Amino acid sequence: MSPKKVPIPEQKPEERIKNFREVALGYTPEQAMEEATRCLQCKTRPCVAGCPVNVKIPEFINKVAEGDFDEAARILVSENCLPAVCGRVCPQETQCEILCVRGKKGEPVAIGRLERFVADYAMEHMSQEIPKIKKNGIKVAIAGGGPAGLTCAGELARMGYDVTIFEALHALGGVLMYGIPEFRLPKRLVAREIANALNLGVKIEKNVIIGKSIKVDELFAEDFRAVFIGCGAGLPSFMKIEGENLNGVYSANEFLTRANLMKAYDFPNSPTPIKVGKRVAVIGGGNVAMDAARTAKRLGAEEVYIVYRRSEAELPARAEEVHHAKEEGIIFRLLRNPVKILGKDGWVTGMECVEMELGEPDESGRRRPVVKKGSNFSFPVETVVVAIGGTPNPLIRQTTPGLETQKWGGIIVDEATMKTSKEGVYAGGDIVTGAATVILAMGAGKKAARAIHEALQKKTS
Amino acid sequence: MYPILEKKNLNNNVEEMVIRAPYVARHCEPGQFIILRVDDEGERIPLTIAEYDRKQGTVTIIYQVAGYTTRKLSEKKVGEGIVDFVGPLGQPTVLHPVKRVIGIGGGVGAAPLYPQLKKLSEMGTSVDVILGARNKDLIILEEKFSRFCKNVYVTTDDGSYGAKGLVTEKLKALVEAGEKYDEVIAIGPVIMMKFVSLLTKPWNLKTNVSLNPIMVDGTGMCGGCRVTVGGQTKFACVDGPDFDGHQVDYDELMRRQSMYKTEEAHSCKIGLRPS
Repeated sequence: MSPKKVPIPEQKPEERIKNFREVALGYTPEQAMEEATRCLQCKTRPCVAGCPVNVKIPEFINKVAEGDFDEAARILVSENCLPAVCGRVCPQETQCEILCVRGKKGEPVAIGRLERFVADYAMEHMSQEIPKIKKNGIKVAIAGGGPAGLTCAGELARMGYDVTIFEALHALGGVLMYGIPEFRLPKRLVAREIANALNLGVKIEKNVIIGKSIKVDELFAEDFRAVFIGCGAGLPSFMKIEGENLNGVYSANEFLTRANLMKAYDFPNSPTPIKVGKRVAVIGGGNVAMDAARTAKRLGAEEVYIVYRRSEAELPARAEEVHHAKEEGIIFRLLRNPVKILGKDGWVTGMECVEMELGEPDESGRRRPVVKKGSNFSFPVETVVVAIGGTPNPLIRQTTPGLETQKWGGIIVDEATMKTSKEGVYAGGDIVTGAATVILAMGAGKKAARAIHEALQKKTS
Repeated sequence: MYPILEKKNLNNNVEEMVIRAPYVARHCEPGQFIILRVDDEGERIPLTIAEYDRKQGTVTIIYQVAGYTTRKLSEKKVGEGIVDFVGPLGQPTVLHPVKRVIGIGGGVGAAPLYPQLKKLSEMGTSVDVILGARNKDLIILEEKFSRFCKNVYVTTDDGSYGAKGLVTEKLKALVEAGEKYDEVIAIGPVIMMKFVSLLTKPWNLKTNVSLNPIMVDGTGMCGGCRVTVGGQTKFACVDGPDFDGHQVDYDELMRRQSMYKTEEAHSCKIGLRPS
């Protein structure tokens, strides 16, 4: 048996930097079946334990190997309501695949690629099978229609609850819609998968901001029996360096929201504009930084830099994203830290950086970057995108008495149940962890749904 | 859909719309704003709330037909609706019941000024207002202000109505004539708020302004609306939109507002195309 994964066809880098279509093209049925036979179907199933939503991985892969894609899809969807999304954006290499027994000698089974194949197959060939649900009439409110909220809503609806999602934006999906670019996660698929997840009878109230339009305590007064808060990491952080308010400096949130949600790449067909200079510097080394850099390239920038203060080994982005970025000609300026954004007449003209070297490990275990004295240098850019993460949106915290939060603003929960310090209120996703992954948020949503069910059953029985 | 219940022209290019939006009407306060999208392909634009009726669940917006989206909005009729209308956004204005306040409304800035002065008047404050615009056609809400303002002063750049000149000249004349105010609330074009603030600073006269920078989501997520206030970066959408007028970096704000000037010119032309 091959020690390597069946490769996944991709658009060539020189082609894909000119379009927003998906980079990876997905397995053919033959490729999927071939890859599926690499699974040893081991009894210990370590991969399942690595999955935050516990997808029955060997079972669905077994069905793929048999060519029974319909059954594979049923097994997959039973644990994961957004498989086409997860197959594309989950960091499988640190979750399920890292635990795969085959990975001890050679490459692990391509679980992510197979998940994606099955989800795409189901979307194209199967009509959704909506289970018969016995409604219990108990109202539950979900604040935020991102991965955490959608998963929590889907799970509760399946158990018969009367679920309403309150979303601040005009579209559901959260980071799946505004953050992750089209070329990594086509919005058509996201919309379809969300629709499937909500077909179980979930109600949606868009353009409602919990904490502003309606407060948590008012939800209880309106007979909601539990509230799940999944409203994300929200506010973008800036470097607090000179020149950050010059025209041409974006937060990654704004840059990506304009490009993705508001479709600014299609200006003037879309009325929302975006400015991209000939040279773009993206500050940060995570997945969001890679997304911003690759988006800038596709919007016509000739030179795109990733400016990151540590070395390649510490880049928080997935290896696959870094690899794709490099293939697309993104220039990595590692061990560099911006100290000043240069401007003329109010517009960005360049960036001044210092060189860094790695010292002793810090609390996060990563080696601390230290400034090399006198190493200042500058280079010309017209656009700067700051992709250094964010802090939780304070709206709910400020308007919900009794909700305890961390110093940095994250909501404090009991990790087993996602229960907060306030009776009946649960939370999960980036608002609890700080910026993390789609699948961790989904896992939290699922866990909270179970805990809510348990608590409400106790109360009503 | 958010239904349009009433619509009228306040002058040649300023319109007023009453929209049913119960979630906004329920908690909104003077100083707050909404973000709307006219249709499914539309952009998001912020507009201040001019009036609201909690019982009816309605919100009144006043807008100048100036760009692509306000033109689209203007095409909508009573009985039709707009797809997205979210709020209330921003912090409510902190209104203190002081003795005497003068409001300054430049052009369509009179709209967000109106609920603030009205509320102050209800709190027992004696209120005056200066309404300024380029010409007579652009003066709005004069009659409404006159219902509760002790003095309504009008200035126009061309002298077609009221006193010829700028709002700052009027304010200066009033103060120099011995009128005493505890506070100024100035809302209008950035350049107007800048010069009002420059005028009142040496007098140590507290001046509140309401800023309207470019923004996308209005909930703190994009950071496009950042302004420098007292040397610190603030997000107008969640920290504002009201700020101490003496602390705002107006030049930076004006520059940031012009970021998409070339693109706006482009889409306005598209908007003008006969459909």
